[in-house]
Amino acid sequence: MSEKLYLYPVWLRLWHGINAILFLALIATGISMQYSNPDAPLIRFDLAVSWHNIAGVILSLNYLIFVLGNLTTGNGKYYKIVLKGYVQKVLKQMDYYLRGTFKGAHTPFPVTNKRKFNPLQKLTYVGALYMLMPIIILTGLALLFPEFIIDKVFNFSGIYLTALLHGVVGFLLSLFLVVHVYFSTMGSTPTSNFKGMMTGWHEPH
Amino acid sequence: MQNKLLIIFIASLFIWVNLPASSLVNMEDEPANLEGNKLCFDCHANKIYSYENEMTGRIDRKAMNPNFIYNPDDFYKGVHRHFSCTDCHSPDYEIFPHQAELRLEEMYSCMDCHGGDPTYAQYQFDLINDEFHKSVHSSRHDESFNCWMCHDPHSYRSMTRSNFKVSEIVTYHNNVCASCHDNPDHFQRISDSLKRPLDQIHAFLPNYKLHFSAVRCIECHTSVQDTMWVAHNILSKDLAVKKCVECHSANTMLMSSLYKYQNIEARRNRGTLNAVFLNESYVIGANRNVYLNILSLVLFGMTIIGILIHIFFRIKSK
Repeated sequence: MSEKLYLYPVWLRLWHGINAILFLALIATGISMQYSNPDAPLIRFDLAVSWHNIAGVILSLNYLIFVLGNLTTGNGKYYKIVLKGYVQKVLKQMDYYLRGTFKGAHTPFPVTNKRKFNPLQKLTYVGALYMLMPIIILTGLALLFPEFIIDKVFNFSGIYLTALLHGVVGFLLSLFLVVHVYFSTMGSTPTSNFKGMMTGWHEPH
Repeated sequence: MQNKLLIIFIASLFIWVNLPASSLVNMEDEPANLEGNKLCFDCHANKIYSYENEMTGRIDRKAMNPNFIYNPDDFYKGVHRHFSCTDCHSPDYEIFPHQAELRLEEMYSCMDCHGGDPTYAQYQFDLINDEFHKSVHSSRHDESFNCWMCHDPHSYRSMTRSNFKVSEIVTYHNNVCASCHDNPDHFQRISDSLKRPLDQIHAFLPNYKLHFSAVRCIECHTSVQDTMWVAHNILSKDLAVKKCVECHSANTMLMSSLYKYQNIEARRNRGTLNAVFLNESYVIGANRNVYLNILSLVLFGMTIIGILIHIFFRIKSK
């Protein structure tokens, strides 16, 4: 076994932990509002609205910490994608997950101090954190202050379209969360990556 | 034969109840009494009116009592647009200066013209009258609280059975309520008590302003009757709807109140219940897109199945 790597500094672990708790709160309250049912409420509607708003604002502030952290520390470099040959790298990683891992093959892109994420992982993280997160934060803020939303867009209610986009992106981020948690079990042991996010030390394969 | 007649009667009744009523008022043609009414509006449309004082021979300018100022534009957009002023007011008003005792003339009520008349059956005036008498507006006030308190006959428009935007209907109806409930001067015409401002009373509502621009006061403050277009049984405040899910759910009560006309129209023309939501508004919990719901369930299910298959092969290959 290779030496452990210190990849997750304190600020990143704190951001990650807070983000995880807020994600769960937002998913639960979001589902409760979208599918509100007078006969079987998951969470009482007014409470769900308040909690969703509070969690959403904290998540937005927490996201700023993530962006600032990536800009001011070396952590940002792990998210840079070099397009040349990237598709092949992603396909290679997918092949590992779909076939190689069952044959005992080694991961094609082992974690090092220079490469924290494999190509597929990096792609999904960039998609989730730099594309979906800004969309869900901006649409969420717009719904919090709906007076700023354009009244009509192509004869559709502007609030409806904003809420639709918010819901769709929220759903995609929920899927990301499920897949993210599952792939976290694919470390050197099923729990090693979870331990790593607690201690900061990554245990390579 | 009798059964057939009964079926035809029930079917006709059902269609009548479910179809939007067409307006009895011709809104296209020029108002029938434009010229005659001009004499009245020459003074009563302005804050200041002038007349020749026969005693002094001078032209006097006087301030009009604000309660007697009417906007001709509003009048001619209203349901009584073809009326002459003296259809309801004494013909003696045609003489100026008006006689002082004319102020004491008894006003018509809605029911004097509309009650029990089959011509107006589609507007359900008798049912409205019954509902009004059950309401706090009637039970907690004397007879001086009549239809005119809320529905000014000089500008009344039939909003709910027309192709007005939902936002226009909401603004129009809420202004009726706010004209007393958010106006201490008017409110004191019927009560000595001081009212707290509406935003304080409704502070429990998340985004109070948005609620007030999106739904009518009567959505929460009346007992909704399926057979009525606009509920008139105003309930006491302790009976007002306070459960969010009454509106924020798939079976939103707004479908049988605020969106009733649009809902029926949508079903008639396009067969899409959700059309009114898509075009006019968004209500959390009530706007549900069936296709997106199914797609999200399928995607979530496929993700879970994919993970379970992966777990299976991981265990098997160990």
